[in-house]
Amino acid sequence: MKSEQIVIEPVRGWQVIDWRELRDYRDLFRFLVDRDIKVLYKQTVLGFGWAILRPVLSMVIFTIIFGNLAQVDSDGVPYAIFSYVALVPWLYFSTALSASALSLVNNTEMLTKIYFPRLVFPMTPVFSKLVDFAISFVIVFVLMAWFRIMPTARMIFLPLLVALMMLTAAGMGLWFAAMSVKYRDVKHAMPFLTQILMYAAPVVWSGTLIAERFGEIGRILFGLYPMVGVIEGFRSALLDTGPMPWDMILIGTFSAAVMFVTGLFYFRRMEATFADVA
Amino acid sequence: MNASSNGQGAEKAIIVVGLGKQYHIGVQEARHDTLLKSAGAWLASPVNNFRRLRRLSAVDEGEAADVIWALRDVSFTIDRGEVVGIIGRNGAGKSTLLKILSRITPPSAGRVILNGRVSSLLEVGTGFHPELTGRENVYLNGTILGMRKGEVDRKFDEIVAFAEVEKFIDTPVKRYSSGMRMRLAFAVSAHLQSDILLVDEVLAVGDAAFQEKCLNKMEGVTRVGRTVLLVSHNMQVIQRLCNRAILMQKGRLTAEGAPSAIVGRYLNDALAATTLEPVELGQQVRMNRLTVTQDDIPAGEYLDSGRPFEVHVHYDILEPVRNLLLGFNVVAGDGIALFRTYDMLTYGLGERAPGPYESVFQLPGGLLPAGQYFFEVVVGIHRLRWLSKGDIRLRLNLGGARETDVDFPGVVSPVGSWTVHHNGDAAGEHV
Repeated sequence: MKSEQIVIEPVRGWQVIDWRELRDYRDLFRFLVDRDIKVLYKQTVLGFGWAILRPVLSMVIFTIIFGNLAQVDSDGVPYAIFSYVALVPWLYFSTALSASALSLVNNTEMLTKIYFPRLVFPMTPVFSKLVDFAISFVIVFVLMAWFRIMPTARMIFLPLLVALMMLTAAGMGLWFAAMSVKYRDVKHAMPFLTQILMYAAPVVWSGTLIAERFGEIGRILFGLYPMVGVIEGFRSALLDTGPMPWDMILIGTFSAAVMFVTGLFYFRRMEATFADVA
Repeated sequence: MNASSNGQGAEKAIIVVGLGKQYHIGVQEARHDTLLKSAGAWLASPVNNFRRLRRLSAVDEGEAADVIWALRDVSFTIDRGEVVGIIGRNGAGKSTLLKILSRITPPSAGRVILNGRVSSLLEVGTGFHPELTGRENVYLNGTILGMRKGEVDRKFDEIVAFAEVEKFIDTPVKRYSSGMRMRLAFAVSAHLQSDILLVDEVLAVGDAAFQEKCLNKMEGVTRVGRTVLLVSHNMQVIQRLCNRAILMQKGRLTAEGAPSAIVGRYLNDALAATTLEPVELGQQVRMNRLTVTQDDIPAGEYLDSGRPFEVHVHYDILEPVRNLLLGFNVVAGDGIALFRTYDMLTYGLGERAPGPYESVFQLPGGLLPAGQYFFEVVVGIHRLRWLSKGDIRLRLNLGGARETDVDFPGVVSPVGSWTVHHNGDAAGEHV
C-alpha cells in the first residue's frame, strides 16, 4: 500500500478543486450513475417505456393545445415533430437539473456519515439521465420516417449540442445543489423554476420569433440562456428549420462555461458546511 | 496486544493538535404577545430566516451566545498499529472528533495529520439501496467507502462468505431480513484495506453469534498492524480490543491511558450516595443530597435487587420555577442506557414554590438483574434548557435475587408471571 499523508485543517473561503481525489473516486462515480439508471424504473410496469412515454405524451398535449388550438408557428414542419425534437433535449435538461439540484438534500444520510468528494452527487444525474435522453432520441427517427423528413448533414454537430446541454445542466445543478443544503427553499422552487425555464426556451414556440420580436440584440441576449441554442440547433440539424444558429450556440457555450466554473467554486466553498447544516 | 509497536520509534499514524469545532445552534426565537406583533414577525420572517440560516455556517472568533464548542483544544498522537478507544458521555465530542478525522466536517481550529490511507465506519450500510441486488450493493458500498472496483473484485467472495448471504447475493436487498442486510453491510466495511480505521459504534449489529464474529474480525484487523480509533459505549468491547483509551468530557480530552484504568475512571465518575456536596444548578435549584433506602431503612451502595428500593433527591427550589424536569437516567454498569424517568409523572409541570423538596423514586423489586448501575441525575426546564444532565451520578450495586444457578441473561429481569399447564392430566397449575 502506498503511503500517503492527509492534513486536515480549518477551511475558510475559496477552495481549489482536487482533481487527483476526483480521479481516485471515479469508480464510485460510475457505480452511482449505474445505480441511478438501474433503480429509476424498478418496480414499474412500463420500465424504460417511460423514457418514451413522457416526451410522447407531452408532444401530444402540446400538439393539441399549441399546434391545433393556438396555431403556434412551427417553422414549416409538422408541430408534432417540431415540439418533440425540442422536448428530447428539454426533458433531459429539466430532469438532470432537478435531480442535480436536489442531490444533496436527498442524500443527507450519506452526507453526514461518510466522506467522499461531494462533487460526485450533483454530477451523477448529468450522466445518468443521458439514458432516458438516448431512448427518447430514437423516437425522433421514427417520427422523421413517419413525416418523411430527411435529416441534414448538420447532424454531425449534435454531439456538440449534447455536450452543451450537459454543461448547462451541470452548471446550474451545481449552483442550486450548493444552495439547497442551507436553503431548503430550492426544493420547493425547483418544479416551478423548471416550468419557467421551459417557457423561456423555444420548446413550444419557434426560435425565429425571437429575432422577429426583439431584433438581433434580443437574439444575442436570448442566446445567453444556453438551452435556446441547443434546442434551435437540434431543430436545424434534424428538421432543417434553418441554418445552425452558431451565434446563439457560441454565446450559450460561453455562459454555460461561466456558470459551470463559478458553480464549481461556489460548490467547493459551501462544501465544508454541508455536513454541519444538512 | 500491540504494545510491541510502541517504543520502536514507530511512525505516528495520527497526530491531532489543538483541535476544536464550534457549532452555531440557532438563536432562540423571540416570543410575541399580540396578534399584530406575530403578524409583523411573520412578514419579516423571510429576512430573519435568511440571517439565521446564513449564520449557521459562519465562523466566529468571539463567544457569541449561540456558539457551542463541541470540541475544544484536543491534542493526542497515536502510533502506527495502536488500537485506541474513545469513551465519554453523550455529547462529550467523541463523534464530532471522528467526523473531523474522517473529513466529513472540517475543524474550526487546530490540525490533524493522518499518515496512511484512512477509512471510516461511522455507520454500516450507508448508501445501500433496497432495489439493488446484494452484489450491486457490495460494489456500490465498497466504492463509497473508498475502494476501487478492482479491490472489491478481489475481496468479493470473502465478503459474501463472511456475511453468509451466498444464496441471496443476486436478490434485491429489500428482500433481505434486516439481519442479513446488516451482516452484508458490515462485511463490506470489515474488508476495507486501509492503514487507519475509524469506527463508531458499528460493532453492535446482528445477533450474538455475528457480533462475536465481528469482534474476532476486529481483533484480526488489529493484529495485522492497522491503526484503529474506536468509539464505543460498550466498555467490554473497549477493554477487549484496545490497548489504550482516551476519555473525553465536554469536548475536551481529560484522560488517557490503559483501557482498564480509563474505563474505571469513566464509570467511577459517580458518587457513593452520601458524598454529594450541595451544588447549585442554574439559579433555580440547589441539589443537596441523594439518599437510598430499602425497606424504609437507609441503605448504602449495596442493595437487594429482589425487593423495591427508593432513591431520594433532596433539593431546594431557590426561585419559583415552572416546567421543572427532575429525575434519573438509569444506566447499566457497561454503559447501556436503560431508561429515564422524571418526577413530573406524578407531580406535573406546574409551578414549584421556593423551599426544600424531596423527590423519591421507587424502583420495583426484581426488575433489574444483579450488577452495577448508575443513576444519573437529570434536571432541566422543559423545552428551555438543561440544568444538569448526567454530571451527578449515583453508583448502586444490586445483589442477586434468585437463589438458583440458572442463568438469566438480559438487561431486565422482571418476574412476570408464569402459568404452567400440564395438558392431558387432571389438572396441575403452578404460578
